[in-house]
Amino acid sequence: MKSLLVGEFRQGGLIEATYELAGFGAACGDEASMLLVGSPDNPPLFAGRVYLADVAWVGESAPGAHRDLVLEAIRREDPDQIVFLHSSYGWDIAPRVALALGVGQVSQVVAVEPGADARHYTVPIMNGKLRMQVVPATRPVVVTIQAGAFAPLVSESAPSATVALQPASADPAAAGGTDTAPAERLLGYEAAERGGVDLAQAEVIVSAGRGIGTQENLAAVRALAQALGGELGASRPLVDAGWVEHERQVGSTGQTVAPKLYVACGISGAIQHLAGMRRSGYIVAINKDREAPIAEVADVLAVGDVNQLLAAVLTRLQNEA
Amino acid sequence: MRLLVCIKQVPDLEAAFHVAADGRWIDEGDLAFRLNEYDEYAVEQAVLLKEQLDGEPELTVASLGPGRVTEAIKKALAMGADRGVHLVDDLGPRRDPWQVASALHAAVREEAYDLIFTGFQSADRGSAQVGPLLAGLLGYACLTTVVGFEYADGRVNVRRELEGGVKAVVEAALPAVVTCQLGLNRPRYPTLPNIMKAKRKEIRSLPVESLLPEAPRVETERLLPRPKRAAGLVLDGDPGEVADRLVPILREKVR
Repeated sequence: MKSLLVGEFRQGGLIEATYELAGFGAACGDEASMLLVGSPDNPPLFAGRVYLADVAWVGESAPGAHRDLVLEAIRREDPDQIVFLHSSYGWDIAPRVALALGVGQVSQVVAVEPGADARHYTVPIMNGKLRMQVVPATRPVVVTIQAGAFAPLVSESAPSATVALQPASADPAAAGGTDTAPAERLLGYEAAERGGVDLAQAEVIVSAGRGIGTQENLAAVRALAQALGGELGASRPLVDAGWVEHERQVGSTGQTVAPKLYVACGISGAIQHLAGMRRSGYIVAINKDREAPIAEVADVLAVGDVNQLLAAVLTRLQNEA
Repeated sequence: MRLLVCIKQVPDLEAAFHVAADGRWIDEGDLAFRLNEYDEYAVEQAVLLKEQLDGEPELTVASLGPGRVTEAIKKALAMGADRGVHLVDDLGPRRDPWQVASALHAAVREEAYDLIFTGFQSADRGSAQVGPLLAGLLGYACLTTVVGFEYADGRVNVRRELEGGVKAVVEAALPAVVTCQLGLNRPRYPTLPNIMKAKRKEIRSLPVESLLPEAPRVETERLLPRPKRAAGLVLDGDPGEVADRLVPILREKVR
């Protein structure tokens, strides 16, 4: 079977997670090629054929144009599956490709199995508490893969062939696209706020989640971070509520971290949060719910009221000090 | 100006879930339901826009699903939507994103909405497809995973949330679909007077059969439990006992 992988390039560089697409292609046992809107001076470390459109003329975020380039690569490769990352790029482009082709899309794949009729894909549902196995009713199928679900595969050899896609190669009429002027215009980027906290460098992170209840209870989480010589992190809801700066947010749209020790206080373990911390060396979760998804990645799950447990832990740490 | 917000009612995700007898969806037996959290931000943004324009726009809220979803529609009406449309479908939770988007398209395509808001994904399925599919079917611009929104003179200017805390500033002319991410705004709690007013607002029911000739493009084989990993250690007991066992572990791991 054949896969077309759609790589990601942004703000002058290849997005590292692009190599997880190659890992997925290998896990499927597929002959894989890649489409990338990127820089010809900087081809991806991928062994198969690469269709490269120069981001300088396409633009980094021009969804209609990117869709049309993917469709052009599909016309040339006739793949069985078209693979995106389950990312802000995949969310934007994958459904457009699926619609233009009139085919199905399977989002957030975590596992794949061959089947008699067609490939079976496994996806998480109910915030990861259950999984669902699905089968596409169309060929090809568009899929997005969950961040971190497949190990990256970085090639040591150059692409077997690099095909430059020029503006004339992308024929909107043939693609079914209607883009003469792009509907969505990228005006620029806003960098992440930087206030001197770099969670990616921290060896110990103690994070707070909705389970702590009130903003006042954050003090105990900070105290534990300090007692352990670490940094304070947080799940998204606390950042959205304004209790914690954005640069302390751990998760796929915040910081991805892998400290020696990660302590999750009152964090249920939403998929986006797990994606940001599951590679930590040792994970301790403090939570009242023993079925919380965080248990899936925790080395230790301390079950109980998070505020009472924090108080008991702090007392012991501070007495020993 | 005509505004639409598309919402989904989902189970409360704090519950324990069990697989239904046919193995293809969850057993809804004892579950509590709520308005999809991402759609709360969509409803709020639509209401904020209506307020920005001095109440002139008419705001419709639409939802596909069984009878119970009228509760979610009523919540949106109590937050400030003017009228509701219920696509009545007992199999709603089992439809694939293509079917949901197709049915919504069939229901709204004659209505010439200028702006459509919806959550970027549902908290239960998480496919993140319906918004962009609906935009594509309508031929509208589509802006996904929006954490900042401004409207002026027929154009929207948004902040799309990318990875690593970076945001893309994107603008588009109407008509457009905007899919909303957490943190876009602070969804209001419906006040009691607004809840009472909502009871008098119209909810139109459309049987889905008239809107949904489409077969699914992705079929569900079965549901599976989450894989149990080789055991992590579980500490249980009163806080003192748990702390007694936890503290030495923490000390050792930071050495």
